[in-house]
Amino acid sequence: MASEAPKGSWVNRVAKLDRLWISLIAVTFGVIVGGVIILSVGKNPISAYGALWKASFGSTRDFGEALVSMTPLMFTGLAVAFAFRTGLFNIGAEGQFIVGQMAAAVAGYAIVGVPSWLHITLALLAGALAGAVWGGIPGYLKARLGAHEVINTIMMNYIALHFTHYLVNGPLKGHAFLPVTQTVSNSAKLWRFFPPTRANTGIFVAIAAAAVVYYILWRTTIGYDCRAVGHSPDAAGYAGINVSRTMVTSMLISGAMAGLGGAVLVLGVQHKFYDLFGFTGYGFDGIAVALIGNNHPVGVLAGSALFGVLSRGSQRMQSVAGVPKEVIGIMQAAIILFVAADEVVRRIVRWRRAKALQVATATRDEVEGGTV
Amino acid sequence: MDKRPPVVEMRGIVKTFPGVVANRNVDLRIYPGEVHALLGENGAGKTTLMNILYGLYPADSGQIWVRGQKVAVQNPNAAIGLGIGMVHQHFMLIPSFTVTENIVLGKEPVRSRAFVDMRAAAETVQELSQRYGLKVDPHARVESISVGMQQRVEILKALYRGAEVLILDEPTAVLTPQEVEELKDITDGLASQGKAVIFITHKLKEVKEMSSRITVIRRGEVVGQVSTHDVSAAQLANMMVGREVDLRVAKKEANPGATVLCLSNVEAFDDRGLPALRGLDLEIRRGEILGLAGVDGNGQTELVEVVSGLRRPTSGQIQLNGRDVTKLPVRGKTASGIGHIPEDRQRYGVVMDFSIAENSVLGAQHKKPFAAGISLRYDRIRQYARRLVQEYDVRTPGIDVPVSKLSGGNQQKVVVGRELDRDPDLLIAAQPTRGLDVGAIEFVHRRLVEHRDQGNAVLLVSFELDEVMALSDRIAVIYEGKIVAVVDPNETSEEELGLLMAGGHVEAGKGA
Repeated sequence: MASEAPKGSWVNRVAKLDRLWISLIAVTFGVIVGGVIILSVGKNPISAYGALWKASFGSTRDFGEALVSMTPLMFTGLAVAFAFRTGLFNIGAEGQFIVGQMAAAVAGYAIVGVPSWLHITLALLAGALAGAVWGGIPGYLKARLGAHEVINTIMMNYIALHFTHYLVNGPLKGHAFLPVTQTVSNSAKLWRFFPPTRANTGIFVAIAAAAVVYYILWRTTIGYDCRAVGHSPDAAGYAGINVSRTMVTSMLISGAMAGLGGAVLVLGVQHKFYDLFGFTGYGFDGIAVALIGNNHPVGVLAGSALFGVLSRGSQRMQSVAGVPKEVIGIMQAAIILFVAADEVVRRIVRWRRAKALQVATATRDEVEGGTV
Repeated sequence: MDKRPPVVEMRGIVKTFPGVVANRNVDLRIYPGEVHALLGENGAGKTTLMNILYGLYPADSGQIWVRGQKVAVQNPNAAIGLGIGMVHQHFMLIPSFTVTENIVLGKEPVRSRAFVDMRAAAETVQELSQRYGLKVDPHARVESISVGMQQRVEILKALYRGAEVLILDEPTAVLTPQEVEELKDITDGLASQGKAVIFITHKLKEVKEMSSRITVIRRGEVVGQVSTHDVSAAQLANMMVGREVDLRVAKKEANPGATVLCLSNVEAFDDRGLPALRGLDLEIRRGEILGLAGVDGNGQTELVEVVSGLRRPTSGQIQLNGRDVTKLPVRGKTASGIGHIPEDRQRYGVVMDFSIAENSVLGAQHKKPFAAGISLRYDRIRQYARRLVQEYDVRTPGIDVPVSKLSGGNQQKVVVGRELDRDPDLLIAAQPTRGLDVGAIEFVHRRLVEHRDQGNAVLLVSFELDEVMALSDRIAVIYEGKIVAVVDPNETSEEELGLLMAGGHVEAGKGA
């Protein structure tokens, strides 16, 4: 029964902001938890956080490097967020990122004789395409056979890790003894606009990718279908949307985002593919970033910035303030926990809002002499 | 009036939500041994009142007295302690647990202080079920039993916890006509053993059949407490809505034209892979409403899915306006002129988290004028949604509100409006008024008849035999996946239909 109040648009705005508040409060709680732990190991949280802050905002040089550390997360975060809007858990952004790196590296040195803008475009596309294939396979298996995408994307991560390991030690080995590919041509390198830092135009590619994701999700029929499938596969099917095909499409786009991230890292920072002895972690942090950002492109950008700053700051905290960098890991975990356990945060918000509303209705009642 | 003291008394209950008064100074007396109906339209405040009694919300002011003592019901546990039990509209059972496990959950009999004594539990359940005539299989898993039995499990759960007052929220909404009959026997049985049953409903017919006393609530206020045998259904409808309501459907004589839909020898499986349609033949013509009557589970759902394109028939042919559309998927069927008001609107009819605007184009989002290439034209979509909301009288503060925030009736108006506005040659209306209040039912009925009068065909599927009788120009009876009879509603009776629905054996006796 409609015990609910008629929802004015302002209520919806508040409801939307609600998500933002939860993320902000979660971050605040995370900072407090981190502070308590720093205190408990006998260090000064103020100076520790000071070091953390300075690591990214202390100088233009630090700021440039902070941009470098947040960029990959933006792509993997977008990848996870896009799939999630379609109701799919893409745990495979990691693998898609890795194959994207490899594909871009190969395109970076193998293609010759083209102008720089075209070379960069082709190399980025190669990375996106490889990621799309890597995401599309589990998508297809899900759509066709109902095989769960969580399992298959995880498996694809291992295949990516070991397959690239083979390539870079075998057919694509580009150095006498090191397990690396050849260095990409200068025409394929992204412009470093903040020398001597490695900050490069890749971050603008990330922002553009976020805009594209936003556009696809909320301004195109593809996004409409994806979101309909994510919210209610039954209603989507009833409306004539091909649910299986939409799932595959979603995983292709998601994988392309992660693959693009790998390409940007190679073309902007590494300039070659380095053998990975373990996962990069970008794909998994991407899940956290998507969660904090409420699977919204803007939220993903903000979440990536936060995580980039934290991971960079953790090194500095250790060297300057003597606080083990694992504290930042705990802090990140605490933030994720508070976002995931949003009911805790929500209760606090609701309690505050209820108080505010009571005041508001009381005043309105006095004015109108009763409610509707 | 009853001489005994009331078992529950609510005095001057006031409950406001931001912007709405859900209960305005409500008084309610419940006596032991009665089946008390709480009647009112959707949104009238019935469920809110009962949620207060069950301790789910605090009242802003007012008192609750139980057995002559003023009490504070702070939470459901307190309510259970006072002997008040509630069965919610949506059952709260654990599907993978057995009936017994569900019933004793949270209050399990314990052996040697550590082990759940399931044998004792099963015996208790058996004993309770016999005492109150609630047939259940104590060892069956809840996921494998019928909705009716699940409801009995919920009732037993409340009785097991010592309920003397049993609140049933819209208990008949999910039941088949037979199960409604059984429920009536159960509530009568409970009342005869001194329990008080409160049941929340907006269905007049059931109120008349099942209750002994009625409290009518309108817009949060009690508009009357009456004994059931003192009032007519029409009087109740007037009290409930606050104006004269015509319970009959006004419609002109049908003027059937060319055949729109023709199914020949259609066969299809259900979700479990068992035959659901077994050589079904059906024909619907322009300008007529064909009602499909049948007991739930005889192939209605599959028939609707096959016609709308959600399910592929294994054999047979479907023709629309003379064209073979058997193999077309949903989008193709929609394009060739089939509209569909689905049975379960919240699951199929709308995407609950989408706004009204987004839902208003569901199924046509890829077409002009709502899309240009792959881009959505939000200006056009919003313009369209605004018109739809106005024409179909959807009560909402705006078109950007998520559909989940609307009442059931208004959600249904969005679906009905969207489907009718596409002017389909054939409209499938499955349970189009399920869960709606009198006002909304009237509205939907009128629109369906209008659609017919414009020369289109309507396939009406409904478990409400009254509705089928009132709206249809012809009634087809479905039984075990076949149309077993097509009858004229003016020349048949509920009894005859009931017999046909049960397989047409006279000795079966009990129809729907």
